[in-house]
Amino acid sequence: MNILVLIKEVPDMEKVKFDSEKGVVNRSSAESEINPFDMNALQSAIDIKNKYGADITVLTMGPLRAEKSLRDAYARGADNVVLMTDCRFSGADTCATSRTLSAGIKYLGTFDLIICGEKSVDGDTAQVGAEVAEFLDMPHAYYVENINSIDKTEIEVVIENICGSKQVRRMKLPALIGVTKNINLPKLPTVNRKLKSLEIDVEKISLDDLYEHIDADETGFKGSPTKIAKIVIPNPVERTGHIYKDDYVTFKEAIKKEIKSESTI
Amino acid sequence: MDEYKGILVIAEQNDNIIHKVSYELLNKGRELADELNVPLDCLLLGDDGIHVEELNYRGAETVYYMKSENFSKPEEYLYKQNIVKFIDENKPEIILIGATNFGRSIAPRIAAALKTGLTADCTELQIDDDNNFIQVRPAFSDNILAHIKTVTYPKMATIRYKEFDEAERNVDREINVVKIKPYMDKYDEVEIVQSFNENDVNITEAQIVVATGRAIKKKEDLKMIKDFANKVGGVIGASRALVDAGMIGSVYQVGYSGNRVKPKIYIACGISGAPQHLAGMKESETIIAINSDSSAPIFSIADYGYVGDIYEIIPNLIRDL
Ligand SMILES: Cc1cc2nc3c(=O)[nH]c(=O)nc-3n(C[C@H](O)[C@H](O)[C@H](O)COP(=O)(O)OP(=O)(O)OC[C@H]3O[C@@H](n4cnc5c(N)ncnc54)[C@H](O)[C@@H]3O)c2cc1C
Ligand SMILES: Nc1ncnc2c1ncn2[C@@H]1O[C@H](COP(=O)(O)O)[C@@H](O)[C@H]1O
Repeated sequence: MNILVLIKEVPDMEKVKFDSEKGVVNRSSAESEINPFDMNALQSAIDIKNKYGADITVLTMGPLRAEKSLRDAYARGADNVVLMTDCRFSGADTCATSRTLSAGIKYLGTFDLIICGEKSVDGDTAQVGAEVAEFLDMPHAYYVENINSIDKTEIEVVIENICGSKQVRRMKLPALIGVTKNINLPKLPTVNRKLKSLEIDVEKISLDDLYEHIDADETGFKGSPTKIAKIVIPNPVERTGHIYKDDYVTFKEAIKKEIKSESTI
Repeated sequence: MDEYKGILVIAEQNDNIIHKVSYELLNKGRELADELNVPLDCLLLGDDGIHVEELNYRGAETVYYMKSENFSKPEEYLYKQNIVKFIDENKPEIILIGATNFGRSIAPRIAAALKTGLTADCTELQIDDDNNFIQVRPAFSDNILAHIKTVTYPKMATIRYKEFDEAERNVDREINVVKIKPYMDKYDEVEIVQSFNENDVNITEAQIVVATGRAIKKKEDLKMIKDFANKVGGVIGASRALVDAGMIGSVYQVGYSGNRVKPKIYIACGISGAPQHLAGMKESETIIAINSDSSAPIFSIADYGYVGDIYEIIPNLIRDL
């Protein structure tokens, strides 16, 4: 079974700085890492591999430095790692990103299952997975919290919540799933794999490699139907901010009033 | 592209009940339609027996009702095939979809099929001075607000639940329901084996949420929080730290990777107020925080705060409130 995992390299959101004057994100202010939600995607693939046997390819589109995340993915258990990188890919919105990733996937061959994370903490759209599924014309399921079974032809998954219910869904392969953080606990890489990950070759794909699958004006900024008109740092809602320390009685009376107006006590 | 015209709200139903986000979209949609002087219509896919006139009462001019028993089990591919066909034939300029789990899963499929732009999780929609449709959405884990324009047609957006008020119900409005046959009735590659409601907790609908976090030392201590929630007529919520510690199920989690809640009152008991937690509750009407650390970030967004030990103060509050 061939499994493809989509991962994105993102800045560490705990540390990244926002320039509120310019309204831009200072990407150099923080280390980058594998999108935390994609760790769960990768771990799902590894779990399938351990249980049923599989070959895992991890694919990312990003700048050259994203090689680091791919090496990390290798250390955690990926068999092959591939970087789609080209300055003409940059400035892509979700439509252009998914179109480019889909072209890369076609270029790489055929996969039985594609796994992505719930969302990326910087893009934050949760759109790329479903768009890739559409461009590759395969079914998809989002919010997957468990994989009940998988074989060469079919996968059965549990969807955490869709339209207010859990759903057990069986899909013919190839299919794409987006997993939630509840599906597993990502494991740490072994020291051996970590060392080996420093020596491997990271396969690279550029736009020229993809001429059979995508046109230059379908990717990057040019190929993006959505454009950012401006960026604003939101003003926090003004709060009254009555903070009490030793004056329990005043605190209690204040919140009692608030709660009384909302509930039946 | 003059041939694209009007605003289309794609409504959602769960078990034949129309989801309230649909009425919120009709409210905002009406505002935009009036500004652009175009019609506001609605499309709903579902089984027999849905009270679709309600969508007219809430302001939709024409309600397109596409019926099939297979639409009672939400599945993206089948829905997408039908919606895309409908859009190709009717060519709305702007399409609004609720950012519910299903909406967030189906909207990107539709957008990709139409090769058009989609803006996720919008919190505001505007028409600017040049009649451009501006979509405002938080990004970078809610740290910034991006104003986005779409240069292709149709322009699509998903909008968060509870971002806008529901459209007022007016039963004097004309009922205009057009029933349409599905273009595709069945998709054999996917089978919905089972749908079930495991527990009916839905903390997003609660008026009062009493949430707790890593301050809780052991599972049994959650009883104190439950008692407190019962006392004030609220439901219990949790930080991710507590969920990760295995002390409570993820359906209770509030935050960026959990539920977004917007209750009348949010009481945070022993939660530090990490940005990912705030992302899920900072729009609550009134925020009350109890924390032993006076420098905890949660206090900076609280209306009322108390610096103290939850193990001491909560039993007192249960007694005194
Ligand atoms: C990608 C990503 C997504 C995330 N999504 C979420 C999410 O959806 N929701 C979420 O909540 N978090 C989320 N997190 C985690 C988040 O960053 C924080 O780690 C988490 O919110 C901390 O939970 P906490 O406040 O309960 O714990 P802590 O940060 O450990 O805070 C505990 C607080 O309790 C106080 N305290 C301790 N004992 C007492 C006592 N006896 N009485 C009173 N106060 C006491 C302490 O002073 C402290 O402020 C996410 C993180 C990442 C990276
Ligand atoms: N540039 C990218 N390269 C590879 N995978 C991506 C990329 N962007 C997004 N993804 C995948 O799509 C998921 C959803 O991302 P997003 O739509 O940005 O929230 C992520 O969790 C990744 O699995």
